[in-house]
Amino acid sequence: MKPFNLIKTKDPKDAVSQKKEQVQYIAGGTNLVDLMKKNIQLPDTLLDITDALSRQVDNQGRAIQIGAMTRNATVATNVMILRDFPLIAKAVLAGASPQIRNMASTAGNLLQRTRCPYFYDVTTACNKRKPGSGCSAYDGHNRMSAVVGYSADCVAVHPSDLCVGLVALNAKVHITGKDQKESVIPFQEFHRLPGNTPHLDNNLPEHALITSIEVPENLFGKNCAYLKIRDRDSYAFALVSVAAALHLDGDRIIEARLASGGVAHKPWRWLQAEQFLKGKRATASTFGEAAKLVVKDLKPLTHNGFKIDMLRGAVETALGQCLLD
Amino acid sequence: MIRVKINPIMAKNEKLSRRFFLKTTGVLTLLAAIPASLKSAYKQVKDFIVIQKKTAPLTISVNKKAYTLDSDTRTTLLDLLRENLALTGTKKGCDHGQCGACTVHVDGERVLSCLTLSAMVSGKEVTTIEGIANDGQLHPMQEAFIVCDGFQCGYCTPGQIMSAIACIKEGHANSVTEIKEHMSGNLCRCGAYNGIVESIQKVATS
Repeated sequence: MKPFNLIKTKDPKDAVSQKKEQVQYIAGGTNLVDLMKKNIQLPDTLLDITDALSRQVDNQGRAIQIGAMTRNATVATNVMILRDFPLIAKAVLAGASPQIRNMASTAGNLLQRTRCPYFYDVTTACNKRKPGSGCSAYDGHNRMSAVVGYSADCVAVHPSDLCVGLVALNAKVHITGKDQKESVIPFQEFHRLPGNTPHLDNNLPEHALITSIEVPENLFGKNCAYLKIRDRDSYAFALVSVAAALHLDGDRIIEARLASGGVAHKPWRWLQAEQFLKGKRATASTFGEAAKLVVKDLKPLTHNGFKIDMLRGAVETALGQCLLD
Repeated sequence: MIRVKINPIMAKNEKLSRRFFLKTTGVLTLLAAIPASLKSAYKQVKDFIVIQKKTAPLTISVNKKAYTLDSDTRTTLLDLLRENLALTGTKKGCDHGQCGACTVHVDGERVLSCLTLSAMVSGKEVTTIEGIANDGQLHPMQEAFIVCDGFQCGYCTPGQIMSAIACIKEGHANSVTEIKEHMSGNLCRCGAYNGIVESIQKVATS
């Protein structure tokens, strides 16, 4: 690891004012410390933001505000989240291990880097790690890679589970910019597709700091599910995951939300299938049709064709699980 | 005729020592003659190539014992425990947050010490495997691991035990499925999982 200075910051403004090139924020450190050990990230200075940001979940009437520094474990056990936003707790619990959930912050979860093996192997080409060097995964071992929204320059997937739940619930990302001004980015627009600039994971302005995540009030609390399929039962990244949520009137679907992890460079919303479900009866055949719509235009790579069938089954199953108590 | 007895070894030494003296003084003179500016130039080049380590003052309590030291900012809690404080009970497995062998408690919660920068736990209370026995009396979880065959080689065991204690405290020891899910961050290559689950059940129900 390259030597670095460690500076404690006291609030968002203090942190942002000290942020510049070669300086990085550190919160839980579960991803950043690992990347520094592998010499993938080489900051001169770390700004410790653990005491600068809120670590609690606040009720704001028509929304909840999850402080950027709230640990994953706190999110998963928060009474308000368990009661009104259970999809978020389900998604968090599907990710990482209890130890990591005790350390990792909410905002850090959004900013974690891909786990594409070529991104971590510094002896191989990777446009995300070294822009312009090429993508080793496109024609390489791409079993874990994307099936939608990728480019020839990058086929990496976003590794988060929490983000899949947050994108399904139309969350918003509150930030403090380098100019000290506060602003809001809709969750769907926060992460980006790789295009020809895959070194950029998201649309967070340079040096800006996430201060909280807002989740608006919704009627999906009763009927929601998070289904994650992985190589082992627990503590592994998703092959595919599905966040499904239904707002029902009897067996009539008033509104549906459907999102996936493990399929794209960003947490992916299946908007066409959501639209299809609207107004339909919540039956197995409706869910089957929706699942077909989800996989209709997907284009797998050389080694991840299995994800198409897997995803179709996962969508169907997750929608079915929404009807269970 | 008086024969002067000369010790052959001394004679040899005498002969050598003259040459040795000349050689040594010559080299020393040469060394002393290297200008100070050259030495400082070498130091500057070295500083340029080898980046200086940065240290930070650190106050930490481990197993209820306070330590104050200056540590390299790069030092993880795991390395601090093992290398600086000689508490080698906590094990380094993968060093990348994938195996759980380094699990310790920080302020009562289980965390991975390999991904924790020691400078960031300043002022906090750390508990390691060395700190759970009470007056020479093993912790019930340690007893249970022995009774239930919760290990084979033992390398993952300190991490398993620290995680197991937290698993019960968090209220996640109500079924085999729940225990397995909430112990998934601790890998055991010997495959002693059944014994580990049994140990946790034993302590949870006692």
